[in-house]
Amino acid sequence: MNELDNLRQEAETLKSAIRDARKAACDTNLVQVTVNMEPVGRIQMRTRRTLRGHLAKIYAMHWGSESRYLVSASQDGKLIVWDAYTTNKVHAIPLRSSWVMTCAYASSGSYVACGGLDNICSIYSLKTREGNVRVSRELPGHTGYLSCCRFLDDNQIVTSSGDMTCALWDIETGQQCTLFTGHTGDVMSLSLSPDVRTFVSGACDASSKLWDIRDGMCKQTFPGHESDINAVTFFPNGYAFATGSDDATCRLFDIRADQELAMYSHDNIICGITSVAFSKSGRLLMAGYDDFNCNVWDSMKAERAGVLAGHDNRVSCLGVTEDGMAIATGSWDSFLKIWN
Amino acid sequence: MMAYRRKTGCRNGQTANTEDGPHLIIYKKMERILEKMQDEQIGVPVKTVKSFMTKIPSVFTVEALHLAHLMAAHGYIFCIDDHVLTVKADGTYYRFQTPYFWPSNCWEPENTDYAVYLCKRTMQNKTRLELADYEAENLARLQKMFSRKWEFIFMQAEAQAKVDKKRDKLERKVLDSQERAFWDVHRPVPGCVNTTEHDIKKACRMNKSTRRAKGIICGSKANPMSEADIARSTEALRKEIASLKSRLDRRNVKISKVGESYVSYFEQYQEYDPFLTPPEPSSPWVSDSPEFWEVEKQTKEVPPRRVRRWAFSLQELLKDPAGREQFIKFLEKEFSAENLMFWDAVQELKQVHSKDVPVKVQEIWNEYLGPDANSPINIDSKSYELTKKNIEKPSRWTFDEAAAHLYHLMKNDSYQRYLRSEMYKEYLSGTKKKSSIKGIRSVIFPGRKDQNST
Repeated sequence: MNELDNLRQEAETLKSAIRDARKAACDTNLVQVTVNMEPVGRIQMRTRRTLRGHLAKIYAMHWGSESRYLVSASQDGKLIVWDAYTTNKVHAIPLRSSWVMTCAYASSGSYVACGGLDNICSIYSLKTREGNVRVSRELPGHTGYLSCCRFLDDNQIVTSSGDMTCALWDIETGQQCTLFTGHTGDVMSLSLSPDVRTFVSGACDASSKLWDIRDGMCKQTFPGHESDINAVTFFPNGYAFATGSDDATCRLFDIRADQELAMYSHDNIICGITSVAFSKSGRLLMAGYDDFNCNVWDSMKAERAGVLAGHDNRVSCLGVTEDGMAIATGSWDSFLKIWN
Repeated sequence: MMAYRRKTGCRNGQTANTEDGPHLIIYKKMERILEKMQDEQIGVPVKTVKSFMTKIPSVFTVEALHLAHLMAAHGYIFCIDDHVLTVKADGTYYRFQTPYFWPSNCWEPENTDYAVYLCKRTMQNKTRLELADYEAENLARLQKMFSRKWEFIFMQAEAQAKVDKKRDKLERKVLDSQERAFWDVHRPVPGCVNTTEHDIKKACRMNKSTRRAKGIICGSKANPMSEADIARSTEALRKEIASLKSRLDRRNVKISKVGESYVSYFEQYQEYDPFLTPPEPSSPWVSDSPEFWEVEKQTKEVPPRRVRRWAFSLQELLKDPAGREQFIKFLEKEFSAENLMFWDAVQELKQVHSKDVPVKVQEIWNEYLGPDANSPINIDSKSYELTKKNIEKPSRWTFDEAAAHLYHLMKNDSYQRYLRSEMYKEYLSGTKKKSSIKGIRSVIFPGRKDQNST
């Protein structure tokens, strides 16, 4: 027992040193640094398209790399690939399990993936020789629900799960290449860095972690939230990320400073955040809330710049296109809306 | 009173903690607001919604309405003569819900409870208690569902009606309305959102018991740890310590410095953010013309805005197919094009099927690094030795160190020279000339960025 106590002591000392290092770097906050920046003014966006077709709650969506196609997943047991520009449905893919929680679009446009309560990440090939869409691989292995997945390329995908781990898979062999352990709560969301060498995860233990994809190590851990983190997204410069939580706040964490830079909250906002995304320059942070709205934050000045109100139920997912032209919101009211 | 089903182990009215589900967190916030509203001194005499909104400090009317609507939708306040749970800025009267019925008590009323309630309503001879159309439909449906035990349901309803009759008239009115509001939350009017619905991800967790951190178990006098437990905890702690040590190896950058980088990042990218700077040609989503996408894709007539972006970073240059084309031409002139070829080959390696990896690795080695290489690249001896070792166990990441080194070289050397080269400068001014039409536009629409600024 003595050894155990010593180890615990050592761990506490190290944690304390990490906290001190953070304090030492905390010589100001983001809002003070940006005090001379021009405010962005009132951001008003209009619905440009409404995508109708799902018959039940929409749980997830993801833009393709061409900035006009997107994939959405709904509790009606379908994945729909849309040409959002024309609002046409390109593919309607029936799923084996209707309890789907996440979906992803490969940047090549050749594959989509989804998963949920079945604990499996299923990969669908969109460009088969026969012309139909079919399951090309199933990736079992997680012992909890699949909360999020993102393609690195056509051959590799990263997943996060309710079993408190994330994993990197080789799609062709169906094997887990790397397991990322360390969270002490369900992992709810992940976001790949722009250079695809690291990714960040948010979990129900109220912390987010930065992982090295290659060696599986947790490089940094960011505490601060007071409740489940439901969504994470990288800032476009790759050196920071934003999180959204049940504690009704979004926060910006900087990787180089190893700490929180800004918090986006208001006394009037009491509902949790389900999803977050940055505009192309990172100046605007969009966040979808349980109270049916999507708030637009000025990320540099930590002020609310606008609201996207238009859904009749919770906004469960949102995403900004690669070219920054539009934002899509998906809701429990079964509709997707495109705004700008 | 009514004995509806409640979730077991649910706490009442305490401060929220990380174990609470998201609904509970919201309920507690709303209850705190309610507490203030109902306080004798500072509270709101809620006679009308108007006074409700004026009494809440530092909040815009729209915000107050939104917050009030939320509280109504969850059943904390309700309109006395309508089933729809919302708050409107007119002269209607509202009432507080009794704490007994608060959603934070984790109610899970069953259909049988609802059947008893609706049945009781039909027994009472008051017009205000008459069933609405949708309630009558629900009752008919429930009668079919519970046809076998309807006698039992009827008896319960009778018993409750008897108790209610004995109450004071005024008290009855209030209680009846509160009970109705309770059911409006749990069996909403068709078309209204059911606010008791849970996200399935959270629903999974609510049924699980408290978790313990994996591997780190604490013993106590009553529960001493077994040998296996100790071994596992020791292992987990060692891992944690290793991870903590590597985190300490990092050097933190001061927030003041980091903050500056955000300001300059924004200055650079502001004009490329379509939400802040209107794009040219205009956004396809607004103009219904895909012209913008077509212009972005092609490599012949590249707008100056795009060419300027190549100067932000090597990454930006290589991301743009036109930029890449130009850069390769430049490298060929300098006889260092194989560096970029190698980099591309290493990226391709990451995408091939696992069975092809060893073959591709050998190919790359032979072409760029081996003694008889066709296009030998120049890397430092350290990276070379490391790569030679990696070859023994070929993988997708075999050449990562060498590629990173080379990228660094390209970034600091070739890329910098490219930006200063005549080739780039000419290209930039060439595109500026081609888009002189846009130059005219900038006169007609002042305020757009001056394209000839240095």
